[in-house]
Amino acid sequence: MVTASEGGCGMAHEETVYDALDHAHGGEGQWAFGTGFDEPLAGVDTTVPDGIDPADLGEYCLMLGDDALVLAQRLTEWMTAAPELEEEVALGNTALDLLGQARLLLARAGSVGVLGRSRERTTPTVPDEDALAYFRDPDEFRCTGLMAAPGGDFGRTMVRLLAASTLRLAVLTRLRDSRDPVLAAIAAKGVHELTYHRDHAARWVLRLGDGTPESHRRAQAGVDAVWPLLAEVLSATDVERRLVTAGVAVDPAGTRDEVRAVLTQVLDQATLRVPEWPADVPPRGRTGEHSPELTTLLATLQGLARQHPAATW
Amino acid sequence: MTAPALDRTLDEAALQARFDATIAAGHRIEPRDWMPEGYRKTLVRQIAQHAHSEIIGMQPEGDWLLAAPSLRRKAVLLAKVQDEAGHGLYLYSAAETLGADRADLTDKLIERRQKYSSIFNYPTLTYADVGVIGWLVDGAAICNQVPLCRSSYGPYARAMIRVCKEESFHQRQGYELLMTMMGGTPEQQAMVQDAVDRWWWPSLMMFGPPDDESPNSAQSMAWGIKRHSNDELRQRFVDMTVPQAAVLGVTLPDPELALDEATGRYRFGPIDWSELQRVISGQGPCNDERIARRRAARDDNAWVTEAATAYAEKHA
Repeated sequence: MVTASEGGCGMAHEETVYDALDHAHGGEGQWAFGTGFDEPLAGVDTTVPDGIDPADLGEYCLMLGDDALVLAQRLTEWMTAAPELEEEVALGNTALDLLGQARLLLARAGSVGVLGRSRERTTPTVPDEDALAYFRDPDEFRCTGLMAAPGGDFGRTMVRLLAASTLRLAVLTRLRDSRDPVLAAIAAKGVHELTYHRDHAARWVLRLGDGTPESHRRAQAGVDAVWPLLAEVLSATDVERRLVTAGVAVDPAGTRDEVRAVLTQVLDQATLRVPEWPADVPPRGRTGEHSPELTTLLATLQGLARQHPAATW
Repeated sequence: MTAPALDRTLDEAALQARFDATIAAGHRIEPRDWMPEGYRKTLVRQIAQHAHSEIIGMQPEGDWLLAAPSLRRKAVLLAKVQDEAGHGLYLYSAAETLGADRADLTDKLIERRQKYSSIFNYPTLTYADVGVIGWLVDGAAICNQVPLCRSSYGPYARAMIRVCKEESFHQRQGYELLMTMMGGTPEQQAMVQDAVDRWWWPSLMMFGPPDDESPNSAQSMAWGIKRHSNDELRQRFVDMTVPQAAVLGVTLPDPELALDEATGRYRFGPIDWSELQRVISGQGPCNDERIARRRAARDDNAWVTEAATAYAEKHA
């Protein structure tokens, strides 16, 4: 037995829990704990080092930022629909991590002046990250199909998360040495997060692949649906090639051996058949060529913000 | 403690006396302590209903997750909905210390054999609803729940401490969203007022029926499960909320709302209890949709749970 007073929630808390509310005006910034009221890069030196083309740098940030944004949106679709409450928490957490990465990367693109046509469509009170997320059209997005494709069932969702986080972890691990210190810092933060995402997805792929005949069938169907999406992800754009030379970006082709080894190891262990790796094709999503599903995803994401272009949220 | 079989009546009397003394001293009952069957049942019912409310409560706001109008708002809302899943987890765990089983409680929810807070059967029509749910609904929940941090059952009381801390963040975030919207365009201001108009009365109903029509309250208060009456908590909520509405610049939709100079408390108009009865009995705007989504999450993903169990057995 424990006495009530030891619980630490006596009358004092009861009386004070509301007190702050009516002193709200102007001071409310302290309240949204952990979510950041400042713009994501507030206080960071965003000077671009010599020899780096800001337009290329911004474009590269859009590629990595859009990947994170659309995958976060896909994972968020699972909220209130996941197999277990623990999984609601885990998927929500993963989506939040990716959303955080997207915010930093879009803000970095904005900080070097890469805003596309988004600024023509909204007011100056809208921060750069939101101008880019909400006021670009589908053909201005730079995400790959691997990140943007519909999630499907839980099996396909976990296979895609495994492939996506394996690839992104491989890229961000190398990007920690980028000559752009902002990008290097964003990558260093992301590596910790993606290590967890990859581990979480791999554990589920093992359980599903080596669980019941039904889960094996579904996991294999997920693998077969996701593998073709890998065809474009190792092909660099011209922007990436120039930035690799400048010491800023990672050539995705350089992650091929690592990505294939990790995916093969997990699938083997999960008793799943590893499909033949698809032949490389030129980048599509990175140049704005997307499947119609991205248009649908963006219509949902952007609809409300676009109805009220002069609003502050 | 386990009671020896020999003299049951005498033992029960001694155990009951010890239980009563514990309650009277304001100490806590812990899972392995003896407790009367009625106390256990009441707690399981209340904690399960509370857990179900957290889980069903993810849906009304969750409907805006994909469409939140800024990335910061999306992050705030995602974190909040995730917290609610966490609250459901602690509460189901607290119920499990009383011998209940989470899967069984979930089945009871889906089969409508256990209830959840009726407030979550209303739809969220605009983004202002997200803010108003934080301010009024979470605010009312805090009024109800802070006293439960001193509930006589230890695991429930301790779960409530963490739940209340997080709920108070949610309330502040909701209020901050409304403040921001009230500083925005005329359309945004109208959205806030409209949401307040729709959520005010249902929020007052969250405290349950009036004291003279609340059949289980007296026993729950005697057991220290409940600490204040429904009407007392409702009045406290109104008194705290009226000044906040003034700061926000919205009108609460009750022409009879007025300060009683003598008591310093606010008088408010009559509550339409037939509305609450209608929603509790399943006739609210979203009852079917809320349950259907829970059912789909369970049934459509049953193969996942089965796979996890099979894998764990193979690799034990």
